[in-house]
This record gives sequence, structure tokens and C-alpha cells, in this order.
Amino acid sequence: MKHTISVLVENRFGAFDRVATMFSGKGFNIKSISVGETEISEVSRMTIVTEGDDQIIDQVVKQLNRLIDTIKVVDLAEVYHVERELALINIGMHKGSMEEIKNICDIFRGNIVDITNKSMMIEITGPPDKIDAAVNVLAPFGIKEMARSGIVALKRGEQVKIHKKENIT
Amino acid sequence: MEERINMKKNNNLLAGADIFFECLKREKVEYIFGYPGGAVLKLYEHLYDVDFLKHILVRHEQGAVHAAEGYAKASGKVGVVLVTSGPGATNTVTGIADAYMDSVPIVVFTGQVSSHLIGNDAFQEADIIGITRPITKHNFLVRDVRELASTIRKAFYIASTGRPGPVVVDLPKDVIASKCEFVYDEEVDIRGYKPTYKGHSNQIKKAAEVISKAKRPLLYVGGGVIMSNGSNELALFARENKLPVTMTLQGLGAFPGKDELSLGMLGMHGTYWANRAVDSCDVLVSLGARFDDRVTGKVDTFATGAFKIHVDIDPTAIDKNVVVDLPIVGDVKHILAELASEIPAPPDTSEWLAQIYAWKDECPLTYEDNDGRLRTEYVIEKISEKTKGEAVIVTDVGQHQMWTAQHYKYNNPRSNLTSGGLGTMGFSLPASIGASFAVKDRPIISISGDGGFQMNIQELTTAVANKLPLKIFIINNTFLGMVRQWQELFHKEKYSFTDLGSSNPDFVKVGEAFGIESYSTDNPKDVDSLLDKAFSVKNRPFLIEFKVVKEDMVFPMVPSGGSISDMMVNRLNPKRMI
Repeated sequence: MKHTISVLVENRFGAFDRVATMFSGKGFNIKSISVGETEISEVSRMTIVTEGDDQIIDQVVKQLNRLIDTIKVVDLAEVYHVERELALINIGMHKGSMEEIKNICDIFRGNIVDITNKSMMIEITGPPDKIDAAVNVLAPFGIKEMARSGIVALKRGEQVKIHKKENIT
Repeated sequence: MEERINMKKNNNLLAGADIFFECLKREKVEYIFGYPGGAVLKLYEHLYDVDFLKHILVRHEQGAVHAAEGYAKASGKVGVVLVTSGPGATNTVTGIADAYMDSVPIVVFTGQVSSHLIGNDAFQEADIIGITRPITKHNFLVRDVRELASTIRKAFYIASTGRPGPVVVDLPKDVIASKCEFVYDEEVDIRGYKPTYKGHSNQIKKAAEVISKAKRPLLYVGGGVIMSNGSNELALFARENKLPVTMTLQGLGAFPGKDELSLGMLGMHGTYWANRAVDSCDVLVSLGARFDDRVTGKVDTFATGAFKIHVDIDPTAIDKNVVVDLPIVGDVKHILAELASEIPAPPDTSEWLAQIYAWKDECPLTYEDNDGRLRTEYVIEKISEKTKGEAVIVTDVGQHQMWTAQHYKYNNPRSNLTSGGLGTMGFSLPASIGASFAVKDRPIISISGDGGFQMNIQELTTAVANKLPLKIFIINNTFLGMVRQWQELFHKEKYSFTDLGSSNPDFVKVGEAFGIESYSTDNPKDVDSLLDKAFSVKNRPFLIEFKVVKEDMVFPMVPSGGSISDMMVNRLNPKRMI
């Protein structure tokens, strides 16, 4: 099963590498990973999408907790949360296709962020399955290039406090 | 508690190198195992005038790390290593990986090129932080001299608390040379690192009830009991409740081997009766052990009928290899004491113990001894007898290691030093050197095979230079014996590159070249007198080469990935016995 795990880490040299090294060293799978600052400048949030049975996910969470630089690890599969992803999709333009692409873009509430006479770049945000759907519909027009941010996610409701590392499982 | 120190009048700034030694002083470091080089010249310049600690010059950086491990395992203190950048640092990698696998508290200080050169492929530059990331509990690159003192404090704290392990601190040359005010804060607060010591009291209560009602309970003891200094608590708990105790390789010594409740080692080369007991127990209590594959064999058939209780300080050890029924995270010493006080009534184990002793009679540890040829088991038995189980035994890796584990009756914790998890050949000699600085009142015995002995043979110099009263015993079967055993049993008797005999050096001449009194024998009748001679020497190393039968194999043996029912009990009938 797919799990989205939110990890607060010290915003310091090598912290990202420690997490990535742990995943590869233990043979865990990373489907996507994104990192960025939080409301506190010395803390970063990593959102990791991984896959595995309960025993593997249990180990993933424990091994993340074991790293000295991690402050808090939450398996979001167990709580209500919001997931978003951003995609930039560069599509080849042919005669007459512009209007159609623009329509699709509107349906997905995307934005056209760049246009030339050969291509058009669309920005779409949303849950990952929405991006998948957009990609699916846009594919016949010829996707020249695509960049996806990986998932960022937050637990709904109360704020996550960062003072203590706890094993949520 | 914060402390500010003014070393010199009119100048309250200290150089990084001074701060380094001030910190080591506060960590009560007595010995550094090291090797100088370009990037750490400044530290060695200051070390020259330091009198509160002793620097032990090894002859290869790998030796320094194993020596620090030996010191740490024997003393319970943190072992300290100091090496230079580049090759000095990369030479420590095997030792660090070894310490990581066996949870040995060491701090390794590596030199690094100056900050502005990092990443430039500078002379003797290596990214040791990147290299050691997966094999350290944590590592640090000190980027500013103002962070030096707090980083060293954190390094010692992380290495020695919770589940112990190695920590690397990388020290760029310019950081060591630059100056700042020395601020020392003894208290450490790392928000991402709070080890759990106290076990959950309800879980402990539940465990005590389960043990109390057990018909066939078994304690499965690992190195964690020794690390937490929980041997006394274990002995009390086991004896009061008449619980049989089996130990992992790292657990040997946690409970006296000569005690009638001791079943010896379990697992691949464990005793027949210990493995039968694991297979038949109804409650298995794992104490500071990690269900390693050399212990469990095939996980699906490991102690299938048992209610499993797992006590460990590291939450990741729980449910990692074997899913257990009742986990307790915390310090095993304290949890053992609590378990003992929570037990409503001791279980009646008399029938169970009788069954175990019947298994012991059925298949005791035996070996051929009627053809007048020298065998490792005989040598180990003699050493055990002569030292009354009181020596510190430092083994290498392979057949002699397993035979020592089977036949040496360890009386005390911290007296069995061996490379278990990583299985590092070349561990014994340098580790025994380190142990010699920790233990002065009991003999230190290094036992290696002819293969492993040659892997850190240069450390003979270190032993001689420090006049260490080491007993260096080489078990020479002219083969990489354990590999040979697997080749014979599982690889069509293709003895591919395991025959060292024709190219082995003359070990007596080797010893003598290093200035060590050395002897060799292949006669069982000589063993007594040679050992007596070895133990009479107190102020210098002493070497004996025991030339043993090459084709002997270690039994019992549960083949890799096999079940207890696949156990081969002896050579004459290396087929399944149960």
C-alpha cells in the first residue's frame, strides 16, 4: 500500500542525504520525495511517498525516527490530510490544437505559463490523481517535457508541534 | 552547566586544537588510538604537550578503529580514534562498519582538507562524511571552530547513549587552526534524539505474568545485556525463576558459561540443546538481541510455538526480522530488574530443564581426540581450564571463533570480544591491543586463524612497542577454514582459493622478526606447557602457533537459511538428526 510520510528534519547540511541513504541502504522504495522549508527556518519538511506492507511501513517510520536529524515522523495514511502536487507540462502545438489544449487546461483549472508558436506550457496543481488524469488527456497532443514536483502534504486541522519526536504508529 | 575558560592572560581565545583536547579531557578520555598525517598535524602538535591522555600509535588506521572497539567493549567507555584525511579516513571504514553492526561506542576523528578546498579534489581529500553516512550512528563535519566543542560533546553523547554506535567527526584543517572563545556545555539537548530507557510498565507486568505461567520458558540473551551492564540483574532473574539462558555470539559472557542454567550459544553453530530448546519453548524472552539471521535460520520456522517477548532499546530492532507478541522498548538492565520484581510466582521449570539436560546428554559438544593430532577445540578447552573462564578472549572470524564460542566458558561480561555482525577478519589482534589498555588484571588472549592473523599483522609492532602482555594464539589449519567448510558441504568440494598452506609465512619467524618470543606446535602434549609458559610472561607479548587438523569442521551446524530440523550434529553423520 502507498503511504505518504511527513518528516520534519533539521534544516542542516546532509540531513536530506541521511534520509535518502537510509531508504536506499535498507532497500525501501521512494515513489516521490519533496523538501522545503517550514514556518520555522531551521526545520525542513520532507514529504515522502513510499510503498510497502504494514511491516515495511512500520520499519520505514522507525528507521526515520532513528535518524538523529529527524524531529518528527508522521505516517499521513493514518490521519486526514491534504495532498497536492504541481506539474509543468510542455505540449507541442499544431495547427488548431491550441483551443483544445486551452479547454483542457481550463477543465483542470490549470494555467498557461509559457507559449511559443511551437509549444505551450501548462501548470497544473492538485492531488496526484488529478495530475495523472490531465497527463492522460494531454498525451495525444504530444507531451514534449514534463516536470512533477512530487507530493507535498499536510495533516488537516490542528498544527503539528515540533518539540518532540514521537512514533505515531 | 556552562563553562568558559581563559587559558592565557590577555587572550581568551583558544585554537581549535586546544579546544579539541579540552573537550577530550572533559570526556575523561584516557587513550586515543591514532596515526598522524598532514591534515591533523596541528592536533598532533598540541598532543605533544598533552599529559592527561595517552596516544597509542597503531600501524594502520583500521587497527586504530579495532583497537578503539576492543577498548570500548572491554571497558564500557567510549573508544577514541584520531586519523588524518583521505586515505587515513578511508582506512577506518571497515572498523566503523564493524562498530556499527555490533553497536560499539566509538568516536572517530578524521582530519579533513581546509574548508575552502573541500570539493576541489585536493590532496588527501575524501568525502568521509558521505562515505560513512550509512555505517555510523551519526556523523558531523565541523564547519566552524565555534561549533567544535558542542559537536564533540554531542558525538560522545550520541555514541554512548541509547543503542551505542560509532560517530565520525570530520575536522577541516582550518577549523583546527582558527581560534574562538571556549564555551563548554555539559548538557546535551538534541531534539531529534531521545533514547527510551524506561520500559512501559504495563508491558513489563504483562511479560512477567506470561513468564510466570510458562511451562517451557527460555531467555535468549544478546550483547545488549552486556552493553547495559545488566549481567547481575540477568543472573538474579534467571536463577530466582530457574530460567534457562541461551546466548548469542555477542551475548556470551552475559551469564556465566559454567552455570547449569546456561545452554551456551544458540543459532547456526549453537549447541544442540540450546537450539532444541528454542524450537520447543513456549515463551521466548529476547533480551538485547536482534533476531539475527545467524540466530534464527529460516524465520518461518524459528520458535514457532513460542510467545515472543522482545526487550530492546532500539525500536527498529522490534518486528524487524521476527514479528513478536510483546515488545518492550527500553534499557534491558532496568527492565530485567522490574521483571524480577513483577513476577507473581516463579514458573515450574523442573521438567523443562530435565528435558534440556536430556538433549545435552544426547548430543554433547564432542570432537575426535583419539588420533594424537592437535585440534582447536582441545586448545580452547585448555585455555578455558587454565584461565578458569576469567580471561578476556578476543577472537577473529571463522572456525576458531565458533569453536571458542562453544568451548570457552566465559565467566564475566566484557570478556568476549569478537566481530559478530560484520564478521571482520583481522579484528582480533588490534582489538586485543585496545582491550589491553582497558583491562590490566586479567590475561588478554588474541585468537586468530592463519588467514585473519595476516590481515592486521602489522599491529604486532604496536603490541611490542607498548610492551603489552598479550597472548597471541594463531590457530593454523593452513586454510580459510570456515570458507573451506562451506566449500566441502555446499560447493562440491571445490576448494577455490582457500588453501593458504603453501604460501603461509613461518609464523614463529614472523613473531621473532617483530621481537616476540614465539613457539609452534602440532602436538597436543605440548599445549599444557606452552600455555603455562605464555601465562607466566607478564610484560611483553607472547606468540604460539597451534598447527591443527585442516579438514575439521564446526558442528553442530544449521545451514544458512535452514531450520533447527536441518541441524547437522557431527561430521560422522552430517545429516539431519531430528
